[in-house]
Amino acid sequence: MKNIIELKDVWKTYDMGEMKVHALRGLNLEVKKGEFLAIMGPSGSGKSTAMNMVGCLDVPTTGHIFLDGKDISEMGESELAQIRGKKIGFIFQKFNLLTSMTAKENVMLPLTFQNLSRSEREELAEQALKMVELGDRMYHTPNELSGGQQQRVAIARALANTPDVILADEPTGALDSKTGSSVLDFLRELHETRGTTIVMVTHDEKVAHKADRIAYLKDGMVVNSLDEDTTKKIEIQNKEMQKNEA
Amino acid sequence: MIRDYFNIAWKSVTRRGIRSWLTMLGIFIGIAAVVSLISLGAGLKLAVAQQFNILGAERITIQAKGIGGGPPGLNVANPLTDDDLKVIQRVRGVDIAAGRLIVPATVVVNNEIYNTYIGSTPKNKDEKEWINEISNLDIEFGRELKSTDKNKITIGNDYHTKKSFGKNLNLGDSIEINGQNFEIVGIHEKKGAFTVDGVIAMNEEVMRELFNEPTDYSIVAVKASDTKEMDETVERINKALRKERNLDEGKEDFTTQTSVQSLNSISQTLDIVTILLSGIAAISLFVGGIGIMNTMYTAVLERQADIGIMKAIGGKNKDIFMMFFIESGFLGLAGGIIGILLGIGIGKFVEFIGTVALGSNLLKASFSPELLIGALLFSFIVGAAAGTLPALGAAKMNPVDALRD
Repeated sequence: MKNIIELKDVWKTYDMGEMKVHALRGLNLEVKKGEFLAIMGPSGSGKSTAMNMVGCLDVPTTGHIFLDGKDISEMGESELAQIRGKKIGFIFQKFNLLTSMTAKENVMLPLTFQNLSRSEREELAEQALKMVELGDRMYHTPNELSGGQQQRVAIARALANTPDVILADEPTGALDSKTGSSVLDFLRELHETRGTTIVMVTHDEKVAHKADRIAYLKDGMVVNSLDEDTTKKIEIQNKEMQKNEA
Repeated sequence: MIRDYFNIAWKSVTRRGIRSWLTMLGIFIGIAAVVSLISLGAGLKLAVAQQFNILGAERITIQAKGIGGGPPGLNVANPLTDDDLKVIQRVRGVDIAAGRLIVPATVVVNNEIYNTYIGSTPKNKDEKEWINEISNLDIEFGRELKSTDKNKITIGNDYHTKKSFGKNLNLGDSIEINGQNFEIVGIHEKKGAFTVDGVIAMNEEVMRELFNEPTDYSIVAVKASDTKEMDETVERINKALRKERNLDEGKEDFTTQTSVQSLNSISQTLDIVTILLSGIAAISLFVGGIGIMNTMYTAVLERQADIGIMKAIGGKNKDIFMMFFIESGFLGLAGGIIGILLGIGIGKFVEFIGTVALGSNLLKASFSPELLIGALLFSFIVGAAAGTLPALGAAKMNPVDALRD
């Protein structure tokens, strides 16, 4: 299978005054077309930074990122925005819908940036919302929808312009376990029926195992597996987060 | 695309509710003030122009240069005389030249003393008609003065309706002017201007005797025979008068003005006053612009997450910039529309007050399409200019930073 995403020796360094923080330290990662990959690691392992790089939201300090064979590490703002809109669909932990717009308008927004006509946009948005089984909720604003429904609107938005890759950043993080697992099932189904490439970032082992393959990240690098200490650390973090949510 | 930007801007403005209204307040006040002031200034100019139009383009007025205020011919260094009038009448291009004497007088009505002005009526029929024409004098009740009338006068409309002399005067009433009794034989039509409605007309010969004023004229009005040769006629009059009065060129102690020149000088004064007042009103527009800028900076901060999301799903810097730019332009434009409506209201209200309280039809608000379109455009520009910096800030936001809470 062809690689759709390739990260080669990617470094991301943040300049914090006198200190330099390396979020990524020579990260190498390959995602094959049609693959469902989970990136797993504890907080601070660099998984969100890696995700931003793949999603063309950020450029590496050094190294190269290839998306569908094209090096995006040296592209300008407008080109990156174009690629984000065309090739990538984002799903965020906190849904990130625009609260002033209806579900349909939210789904139409990325299509607007692609200069599609209004009728085309409406048709595609309606299709996408029907696919996530929200055909009857098109004119509701996010505040009128449950968490699971909001995340499905976000999925519809990510799917609306049939992107090459779906990037999901902790897609179940803000949902209860039942709703979360139904969202995961949906992503799984999407992958199986349509062959959509999905890259999902999570710190939850159970969630990660829904994917075809897991890439473990630690200290800004891919490791073969997480050692016991790290696994424990993740478990403690998960428990703390659950406590905080409760 | 533009329509989508507008939709987003509209949603954002309506969502802010009362805060949007407060933001637009500065623009309301500024535009309303500018529109009402300019419209009243333009109305005043129009009214003056209309008054001059009555006089016609063929009119040339000659006056001695003044050394003080008051009506024409008063307080002058070297008054015009009947000799001057005769010289002017002989100038080529002069159809009719008529002199008018205007003097202050004391009037006694019911044992009360009042001060007013008396204007003379020429004996010659053509000259009389010409003076009546340029003085905008028409008879409403009674009759005009005949050249043989001795103790007869005609009076301005204010003396008939406004009790200017303590009571309303009617045809047949007698009033005492400088110790002599005069009978009212005519009442002038109301014209809405003090210089017409407050005048008392008397035959020139009678006046000269009464006021012991054998030769002087306050003003000489010329009807030119050819309006295409106004400048030449004016020059010939100047030359003839210089010779008659023994004056060198440039040392004239009189002025010769066509009605176009007089209108221009009054218009210029009105323009300056209007511009000055509008400039002061425009300060409020500037403050309004700063208000919009402040609101837009807040809006950018409030919607930082939205900006991040939009960038993540393919929004370019240009898209984000346009969204905020149009929103602030929209704030300015909406403020402008309401300001214009308010301005029209204020203008019409002042006009109403002017008509009712002052009885003057001079204060008319005139709203030209240029003024309204200009005000609309200007309010949009103020809004858009105020939004440029905040919109640039929003556009340049790093998507990763914007998405981070």
